[in-house]
Amino acid sequence: MKQFTSNPFYKFILFPIGQMLAFVLGAGTILSVLIILLAYIFRGSVTNLDLVERTFAILPKVLVDGITIGFVYATIALGYTMVYGVLEFINFSHSEIFMVGGVVGVELLRYLDAQGSLATINQYVVIGMAIILGMLIAGGLAMTVERVAYKPLRGAPRLVPLISAIGISFFLQDAVRLILGLTTGEFNVILPQFGTFDEFIFLNIPGLPEPLQIQQKTILLIIVTMVMLVGLNYLVNGTKIGKAIRAVAQDRPSASLMGINVNMIISITFLIGGALGGAAGVLFALKVTRLDPFVGFFPGLKAFTAAVLGGIGNLTGALLGGLILGLLESFGASYLGIFTQGAFGAEYKDILAFAILIIILIFRPSGLLGQTVGQKA
Amino acid sequence: MFKRTSLVLALLLVASMILSACGPSAPKVIKIATQSPLSGGQSLLGVDIKNGAQLAVEQLSGPLTEMGFTVELAPYDDQATPDVGVANAKNIVADASILCGVGHLNSGVMIPSSEEYHTAGLAFVSPANTNPVVTTRGYAEVNRIVGRDDVQAPVAEAYAFNELGATSVYIIHDKTAYGQGVAEFFRGAAEKDGLEVLGFEGTEEKANFDAIITPMLAANPDVLFFSGIYDQAGVFFKQARDAGYEGTFMGTDGMDASGLADLAGDALTKGGGMVYTSVAGPASAYPKAAKFAEDFTAKFGASPQPFAAQGYDSAAVCLAAIKNAADAAGGEVPTREAVRDAIRALTYEGITGSLAFDSIGDLPTAKYFIIKVNATSGDTWNSNEIVAELDFASPGMGE
Repeated sequence: MKQFTSNPFYKFILFPIGQMLAFVLGAGTILSVLIILLAYIFRGSVTNLDLVERTFAILPKVLVDGITIGFVYATIALGYTMVYGVLEFINFSHSEIFMVGGVVGVELLRYLDAQGSLATINQYVVIGMAIILGMLIAGGLAMTVERVAYKPLRGAPRLVPLISAIGISFFLQDAVRLILGLTTGEFNVILPQFGTFDEFIFLNIPGLPEPLQIQQKTILLIIVTMVMLVGLNYLVNGTKIGKAIRAVAQDRPSASLMGINVNMIISITFLIGGALGGAAGVLFALKVTRLDPFVGFFPGLKAFTAAVLGGIGNLTGALLGGLILGLLESFGASYLGIFTQGAFGAEYKDILAFAILIIILIFRPSGLLGQTVGQKA
Repeated sequence: MFKRTSLVLALLLVASMILSACGPSAPKVIKIATQSPLSGGQSLLGVDIKNGAQLAVEQLSGPLTEMGFTVELAPYDDQATPDVGVANAKNIVADASILCGVGHLNSGVMIPSSEEYHTAGLAFVSPANTNPVVTTRGYAEVNRIVGRDDVQAPVAEAYAFNELGATSVYIIHDKTAYGQGVAEFFRGAAEKDGLEVLGFEGTEEKANFDAIITPMLAANPDVLFFSGIYDQAGVFFKQARDAGYEGTFMGTDGMDASGLADLAGDALTKGGGMVYTSVAGPASAYPKAAKFAEDFTAKFGASPQPFAAQGYDSAAVCLAAIKNAADAAGGEVPTREAVRDAIRALTYEGITGSLAFDSIGDLPTAKYFIIKVNATSGDTWNSNEIVAELDFASPGMGE
């Protein structure tokens, strides 16, 4: 058994994928059971439709919606949590890194569209190019931001780089707005139509009356984020760089004494976090079809919440937190209106999600998977 | 270094004193302010309101120039945000040379901003605000040259119920004073007619609408009524159509911008298509606006968005009222109060029709349009077809 668990295939491929599936299935099952129970309990009090029937009818789609956005949150949350791990401050500009990645990716697609080559290249190659470009630019930008705005403040009290991060966030929003205004003259960055990503795939799942419809881009989003998360897991746990990152996170002065180039490791951390954010931005753009310079704020805030929910500083926690928050939001938005007969609608989804978050944090102040580490000396 | 700076400052001070000494002999400056979103997602409409007003100031300020005044436009960007609008309003009322204003695009911005105008006695003419509360507070300073939501939303509902034969509707609004107001008027009218309201949701979401679309699809309404502005609605329509919704989209005047078709693409014409009501028809709907559309295109390089003609007319009303007030004041710069009263006394033949104001600042009779979308991209927005053009009297102070 021991031999098997130390097998790299198991350790770096099977285990992380299994973990993700376990999280998805676990969180999805718990929420589904809860909502079905609630539906049976309140069946009598809702008069305008059969609550149980409606609950079952939309449940698969609600789960898919929640898992999709959950993976986006998880991918962004990793950026927050990695930076917190090594520097112990919240990099609030990460939501703008995400936005920049998305805008860059979509602008590439728009450029190809204007050239007329968008329709001729294989759609997966095109989206792959957009994701890679988004990752490069976003990762590079995150590194630059660290050099310019955080590194000079390394010794300062923790609130100082936090303020700097908020400032960078505003700066990036308006810089992108300015650049877009000067180049395209448009505020909205609209994804050109290409390929078959909008079309449906029909999944026949036993037990469902009709096949589940999922858009191709949803499946693409889930697969790509899963691949990136597996890759990240390998990078952090299976390579020397990962070991160095973990060492810096644990104890920066000692790591430095062991011959680790701390500045470089911090830069690499920002590069990885930024690249993940950028890729998430492109995938998010593919899904929602429109971006603007301020689009990063809410996903960023949610991802930060997800990181806290999972236990900030903990990579697995960010994944779990993202999935739970995405599912909570999806369940809240879809079912609140139905259960309350319109008295409380989808607009209260965040209140519901955050109320649950507060309850969880009351009982587990360090997050679901966070360890209560004593203050580092 | 410091010495040089203070020297420059001293020189500037002297220069400004000389300049201000020249004041009395210089022409008397009158400014007309505009407030509309010049940046951000709704700037397409907001910029053209400003451009319309600018064209009016250039073309129609002749009579005032002859009297020795210099007329200038003072554009402000309210960013479609109430607090920015109010902050600008404070600056506007503090500028004594501003005698009249044109704005806003959003009722939710107009309502708090106009409290400032009301306190300062500064008249504003609104080219686009349709929420009834804009005028039903009875302020002497607030006027508008378009119709109202308490007429517009029932017009939309009647079209859905009678012409489209819809039996059920799902209502989504953007939680602003405008959007929620329209949505509630629509719901009221639907309940009166027996048109079943399957859902009533408010959302500020601008990107990922999954969680709203899923329950909407399960309810499967004949008509989806989106009460908000095009930048949010366009994304929603696209995602809803992609997710498999086949019914008809409806909306009100906030939908009327070419950007809607840029965002939503062929989602607007597939399935049940899209119909919206508006208080401002395209420039082609107004016989007298042909020259305006031509001049506008020549000057700004693009055909006018809806409300550009209204921006032009609002500024024209300002100019005419200032002229009348200046005449009454014997050629001197009139007071804000005089301009305010002159607007209410005015009957002006504008390019969008004959403009006169009742005791609360509404048009006695306003036009309402029902427009069917044929466009699948912004360039073809003008191909939309006017299905009906209706005149309704203003409901006054309301029920």
